[in-house]
Amino acid sequence: MVFQSFLKNCLQLSCILRTPKAGFRSSSGGLIIQSVSNDVYQNLAVEDWIHDHMNLENRQVLFLWRNSPAVVIGRHQNPWQECNLRLLRQKNIKLARRRSGGGTVYHDLGNINLTFFTTRKKYERMENLKLVVKALKALRPQLDVHVTDRYDILLDRQYKISGTAAKLGRTTAYHHCTLLCNADKFVLSSVLKSPYKGLKSNATPSVPASVKNLFEEDPSLTCEMLLDAIAEEYATQHQTDHQITLINPADETVLPGINNKTKELQTWDWVYGKTPKFSVSTCFNIAYKDSVLDIKVDMDVKHGRIEGCNIDLPEQWLPPALCGELVKNLTGSKFCPNETTTLATTLLRVCPQDDDLHSRWNLLCENMIMLM
Amino acid sequence: SKYVCVFDKSAFKFSHQQRLFRTSIFLSDIFNIKHFKLSDIGEGITEVTVKEWYIKEGDSVSQFDSICEVQSDKASVTITSRYDGIIRKLHYNLDEIAYVGKPLVDIEIDASKGVAPEEDVVETPPMSHEEHTHQEIKGHKTLATPAVRRLAMENNIKLSEVVGTGKDNRILKEDILNYLAKQTGAILPPSPKGEIIPPLPKSETVPAAPKDKARKIPLPVSRPLVFSGKDKTEPITGFHKAMVKTMSAALKIPHFGYCDEIDLTQLVQLREELKPLAQIRGVKLSFMPFFIKAASLGLLQYPILNASLDESCQNVTYKASHNIGVAMDTEQGLIVPNVKNVQVCSVFEIASELNRLQALGSAGQLGTNDLTGGTFTLSNIGTIGGTYTKPVILPPEVAIGALGKIQVLPRFNGKGEVFKAQIMNVSWSADHRIIDGATMARFSNLWKSYLENPASMLLDLK
Repeated sequence: MVFQSFLKNCLQLSCILRTPKAGFRSSSGGLIIQSVSNDVYQNLAVEDWIHDHMNLENRQVLFLWRNSPAVVIGRHQNPWQECNLRLLRQKNIKLARRRSGGGTVYHDLGNINLTFFTTRKKYERMENLKLVVKALKALRPQLDVHVTDRYDILLDRQYKISGTAAKLGRTTAYHHCTLLCNADKFVLSSVLKSPYKGLKSNATPSVPASVKNLFEEDPSLTCEMLLDAIAEEYATQHQTDHQITLINPADETVLPGINNKTKELQTWDWVYGKTPKFSVSTCFNIAYKDSVLDIKVDMDVKHGRIEGCNIDLPEQWLPPALCGELVKNLTGSKFCPNETTTLATTLLRVCPQDDDLHSRWNLLCENMIMLM
Repeated sequence: SKYVCVFDKSAFKFSHQQRLFRTSIFLSDIFNIKHFKLSDIGEGITEVTVKEWYIKEGDSVSQFDSICEVQSDKASVTITSRYDGIIRKLHYNLDEIAYVGKPLVDIEIDASKGVAPEEDVVETPPMSHEEHTHQEIKGHKTLATPAVRRLAMENNIKLSEVVGTGKDNRILKEDILNYLAKQTGAILPPSPKGEIIPPLPKSETVPAAPKDKARKIPLPVSRPLVFSGKDKTEPITGFHKAMVKTMSAALKIPHFGYCDEIDLTQLVQLREELKPLAQIRGVKLSFMPFFIKAASLGLLQYPILNASLDESCQNVTYKASHNIGVAMDTEQGLIVPNVKNVQVCSVFEIASELNRLQALGSAGQLGTNDLTGGTFTLSNIGTIGGTYTKPVILPPEVAIGALGKIQVLPRFNGKGEVFKAQIMNVSWSADHRIIDGATMARFSNLWKSYLENPASMLLDLK
């Protein structure tokens, strides 16, 4: 019952907290929770839930989580600009858009995520990062790690091992950061390279950096050790017990309404639809039979949908009516390869049945699809 | 001669403006336009970029509604309103820099209402017991039984915020539960899947994948609607727009239908025997590969069903390849990938290809090659349900078959005894301009005979 006055709409959370011996020195202090899930959407939903429902007046929360392979873009970013979506689809790597700002990161189980929840007034990123550095140094005093004024943590003065982002609401705020322990750098660099040409956008760009895993510096380090060290430092600084409460992000009884939040984070409208307006302007050189031709394509994309589209083809390479039909159908359609494929192939059913025509059409459409 | 009377316009405009000018000051006095300033973000930040507006000029807002999202140095900040009122002016466009302490929006407030204090509002602590006994909303006492009041108190709900649906606006237990559910989002609002529009009524070709997929008891897809009473109109876009065109073209084809009942008892048994063999080879074997192969064997005898009629209806093209389409139900709607050259594929190869197409289909990764070039289609609506249906031909094809569900029904055998038969219904539609009833019937009979007596397929397999 002690917790009801601190956790709004979170009645049952008290049931899963382990009975404290000396008690959480109740009226102030930190709560450390760790997710049992590796699903990026579920974990982001927990952040949303705490941000929306917990009263952080007298307590602060540290949330520890790890995800199976996923690319996470910032609130105002453009996924086409930030990563190789085709590769993500092939490798079954999830794409998520978080609610905080900042740049794009690759998560896998070798990367740990820390979220510091406070009231808006007590929002203080430097302090949090210094806490992390202190914990790392306590664990391995010889580590050369420090916080930059861009809120990155650098190893050996050159390699980024942590990036930061934050979300501020009306009364609460959170600051989260990553920590590279043993992530797959090869996958990281390949998925975070965008192949898409001709994009023009005001979306927040990511700043690429050289990264290194702590594991490379000291192979005896594991994610568990890092999590533990950080939890301990947090507990010390907030004068509470070093007790980590496990939390299941699928449990509606503990987090009522959480599944709704998880679902919302997975919708196309959130992940892709929230992309700030951008345009694509490019030219394909395609070889067809014994000639080479130039096709110029211009598209405006708003809320992830094609708002305007223009295709410039050599005269009569495709019947203009057909081309017009393609443009007409693309307008309003999602900027999505699957949508465009099904649209283009469906339209082909009502075209004159001419193999040559079909080949040209498929060639044009495939090139268009490569843009998405 | 006509004169155009030209006033000294400048004089006229000036006095008109003066009057306007005076009027607008006068209006803002009455209507209390507040310059809502961008409050401190913390960390000494003075500038932010406006990234998204949640409202536009003319919208009404309530205190605590989100107004916009701004970003500064990796932090995304949701700015909420301090006032109830109407948005009169947005001081910045998207991607512009906004300054802390300067006006962000102008809100016209009703001067009689209160406003949030300058400081960030702290969440209210739990209500004390006394406050719950007598709740006043604008001078009215809130009616609620002690049990209801206790429920509200335990859940930290202000009775003044709950809509009472009982007599005299009394607050009932259901009202508290509804309020609570709304707060925590337990009632799902209708999801904004506006892009999924069901196909036009005539289109029956909505089916799914192989029959042996675990036949799920259909969960009601209904998202319990929070009744708002408003119609919702959305444009038809993308794939659905293209389908409208296709279906309209299909309507021009004079369809005739032919239906029959197939006894699959022997095939069911055969499949049971072959399933593990296919599994060892890494392939999931459903009934579809058999249906597809049997169709191809039938098409060898009746090639007119694998043809295409040109637009002017002057020429019929008999297609050499049997590229048999399998209609699939996906999140987007109906898509029809096809298995190429079934005439030279074994049942196992067809099964393997189907597995590949299904995996791609559910991942939304089918390519143009998989989705074009079909010459004949089978639609397995039976996995969802149904017996007889009236499928719509997909141009430029001339025939389509829809398969109903397999039911166990009593039938008579050769000895006049009743036995348990596995019965499936098939409904064919064909283009009556070039296909006559007899041809369709004979094809169907041949197809039926292969499936009712699978051993006979061996004779004709190529």
